[in-house]
Amino acid sequence: MSETITLEVTRYQPDTDSEPSTKSYEVPLKDDWVVLDALNYVKDELDGSLAFRWSCRMGVCGSCGMMVNGVPVLSCAAFLKNYAPGPIKVEPLRYFPIVRDLCVDLSDFMTKLKKVEPWIVREKEKPVEEGEYLQTPEQLDTFKQFSMCINCTLCYSACPVYGLDEGFIGPAAIALAQRYNMDSRDEGNESRMDTLAQDEGVWGCTFVGECTKVCPKHVDPAGAIQQYKIATTENWFKSLVMPGAGK
Amino acid sequence: MLGGGGAGLRAAIAAAEANPGLDIAIVSKVYPMRSHTVSAEGGSAGVIGEDDSIDEHCYDTISGGDWMSDQDAVEAFVNEAPKELMQMEHWGCPWSRRDDGRVNVRPFGGMKKKRTWFASDKTGFHMLHTLFQTSMRYDSIARYDEWFATKLLVNDGRVQGVVAMELATGEVRAITGKAVVIATGGCGKIFPFTTNANIKNGDGMALAYREGVPLKDMEFVQYHPTGLPFTGILITEAARAEGGLMLNKDGRRYLQDYDLGTPEPQPVLRTMELGPRDRLSQAFEQERLKGNTLEGPYGNYVHLDLRHLGEEKIDSRIPFVRELCLKYQGIDPVTDFVPVRPVVHYGMGGVHTDINGATPIAGLFAAGEAACVSINGANRLGSNSLTELLVFGGRAGNEAAAFAQQNETSEAGVEAQLNDEIARLDGDYFSKSGGTESIANIRNAMRSAMEDGCGIYRTASSLEDAKTRLAELQERFKSVAINDHSKSFNTEATTAIELSTMLDVAETVVASGLNRTESRGAHQRNDFPDRDDEKFLGHSMAIRGADGAPKIDLLPVTITRWPPAERVYGR
Amino acid sequence: MRTIDSTPGGPKPYVTPVPRLWWTASAGYVLFVLREMTCVAVGYFALLTLCQMSALISGPEAYAALQAWLKTPLATLLNVLCLAAVVFHTVTWFNVTPRAVVVRMGGKRLPDSAIIAPNYVGWAVITCLVAWVVLGA
Repeated sequence: MSETITLEVTRYQPDTDSEPSTKSYEVPLKDDWVVLDALNYVKDELDGSLAFRWSCRMGVCGSCGMMVNGVPVLSCAAFLKNYAPGPIKVEPLRYFPIVRDLCVDLSDFMTKLKKVEPWIVREKEKPVEEGEYLQTPEQLDTFKQFSMCINCTLCYSACPVYGLDEGFIGPAAIALAQRYNMDSRDEGNESRMDTLAQDEGVWGCTFVGECTKVCPKHVDPAGAIQQYKIATTENWFKSLVMPGAGK
Repeated sequence: MLGGGGAGLRAAIAAAEANPGLDIAIVSKVYPMRSHTVSAEGGSAGVIGEDDSIDEHCYDTISGGDWMSDQDAVEAFVNEAPKELMQMEHWGCPWSRRDDGRVNVRPFGGMKKKRTWFASDKTGFHMLHTLFQTSMRYDSIARYDEWFATKLLVNDGRVQGVVAMELATGEVRAITGKAVVIATGGCGKIFPFTTNANIKNGDGMALAYREGVPLKDMEFVQYHPTGLPFTGILITEAARAEGGLMLNKDGRRYLQDYDLGTPEPQPVLRTMELGPRDRLSQAFEQERLKGNTLEGPYGNYVHLDLRHLGEEKIDSRIPFVRELCLKYQGIDPVTDFVPVRPVVHYGMGGVHTDINGATPIAGLFAAGEAACVSINGANRLGSNSLTELLVFGGRAGNEAAAFAQQNETSEAGVEAQLNDEIARLDGDYFSKSGGTESIANIRNAMRSAMEDGCGIYRTASSLEDAKTRLAELQERFKSVAINDHSKSFNTEATTAIELSTMLDVAETVVASGLNRTESRGAHQRNDFPDRDDEKFLGHSMAIRGADGAPKIDLLPVTITRWPPAERVYGR
Repeated sequence: MRTIDSTPGGPKPYVTPVPRLWWTASAGYVLFVLREMTCVAVGYFALLTLCQMSALISGPEAYAALQAWLKTPLATLLNVLCLAAVVFHTVTWFNVTPRAVVVRMGGKRLPDSAIIAPNYVGWAVITCLVAWVVLGA
């Protein structure tokens, strides 16, 4: 294995640039280094102006998403040796506006998260003094997978529907809505339907399935979406055949 | 709320609930779901078992803190803990359950009874996301995402808000408010090997310190016994609670040689691998000096043995541990030993507050790892800090809301302070030219000084050496080179600002360590190996002197029902 | 909860245009587009079945004419290609069924293979039945 590897990194400086460009950096090729380590090497030793987000370095905060060789990944989980001999193309997350270098504008995503009402909705809340809402391990298991989302937005970068239609609410937001829909303590299915059962809600999804493929936490947002489609259709059909039922 | 982690979010929700008419802002340099609360794994303690009691949780916490904990604060904390954790359940936190549907608890280090609530082995992640998502319900809470606060606005002993920079644009603004809660977390990144995320730079602590607020108990730095070599990634204490064993190079459960009990096949609470973190890390260090640890490319280590737990138990109780080992260490805990070594994890010290989260500056509060009440004393027990976020985040939020309600707005001199700060940021960072020192070099030198001088075991000479080196680095920092003069997302400038806050905080750690000529909890002096309750049953209060260097006072510890006693584990 | 918007008049983020050939960016995208396009083949077979029914109703001559056409090289090629497309269509959709269908038994979710298998089994059974009817009788 050679000593170094080249990174081809997108640079974009909104104060001075009209569009992004690419800059090459040669970094050490170390066995246990990930792309994030290489970027930090660039920032510390070669070019302090390189801007990228990172925090936990263990795949749980969701800060460091970027495109590596055209695939959305967490840069803290992308081992350099898997891309050897390189060069490695490092770009900001696809389908998001670029704020600076490898940092993208996440405000649309944040708005969409809130839109699906990601909190426990109940008609009547039990006082805290009365103890917990009982929930068996099996009940917890039904929504647990969807609760593992770290909001890294790799799924949005994988989703061509989001790329072509910015109004699409997107995989992570729908998976989060399903996390609450399936939680035995929640009663908010109906209020979330307004947002989800729309063209730009679940029906915008054409089941490409790339979101599930890139998800680093195995949330399976594609699954959440298709399951919601089936559930909401069943409900609609039931309400048609038996008015008042299926709610 | 300065900081959008567990404490900041809980404080914001508390304030919003206390007074829906208040305008509340969460100012955070990262999006809230990136806050370091997200990495916490093991669990959050609160008395719930029929066989458990408030007094026992108090005693475990106080003895765990080697009698440096303020006992009135501990009693308040332990009493409010179960209610806070139950509130989290009502907000949707996916606590792991027993078969009957009730919340489950697991054993944890230093606790005599099982009282640690857990959400698989990603408790901090689930707590943070529950709080963040719940906070979105309140229209009165506005968020300043990726706004970096660089100065507290203070006038005549009263806080007025913060000066903060919008990272995306570089604009510097004053965000004024009648009360401020500092919840910016700890400062583990002053050390080279830490579980802490990149964002843990002690920002809020330094901001308060620069306005004359004491930083309390800074010398007490917790080394978590089980971090992966190289990355420093945390292997949760829960792995030991489920039965993991710690073995030296001869395969011996070496903790039995350090007054932590005798080895039993099943984990016994407050014994051996379930002893407190400071004692376990100290045991490692002594084993290393004896030559009983294994040598690796990233330092010495020992083995954490989880093989006997079996695949099913590992996948259901500690799946994240397995995932981390496979991904970052290339080993499978089901079949291999996990290499671990002590890693800087938590700072017991922080912004001095009273039992309600109030600092000496009117309207200024603090909560979470950034604060020091103190409930953790000289050593924190695992799973107490996640609960601390809720209890003291809630308290600080309520108090801040009450203060805002009862007090008029104070805006005297805000514009002048803002203009001064804009000029300072411009001169020292954004327009700085002619610098010769690299940020990375100064930062590495700081970390090196801290590891050499202020590690698990310290001496007067090691601390003096660290003090000298840090003073030099403060000088060198004045010539730091910043070549990026852009305004949008200038992370070279923010990295330099973070280095300056780290240097200030590091100096308080060393100064407090030098002043404390005794050994207690996580602060161990080879030249003063015994605990000295006569002289040092008090908190170190680091206050910034006129020359910029910290001076240390002592504030007596509040003792209520548990007079200082011997700290015993395993017998 | 409100988020304070960026200071107005600040620098504008760059919006990268999505290329017309976006679907060539990865194997996953290409396979997706191919899968979607197989619906044309499905439509063709539906249409062919209608033609067969219509020819059957019209009488033996019409039916013979249709059969003659079906034996031409063009029709054979078309049928082979469309059959391949429909098989691809079927296989890809069978394989993603577990994403949409969640079955729990004994407290645990059934593995993907348990959801996929019945599809193939059903397909095989029906194929054998049809073959028996068409070839056996």
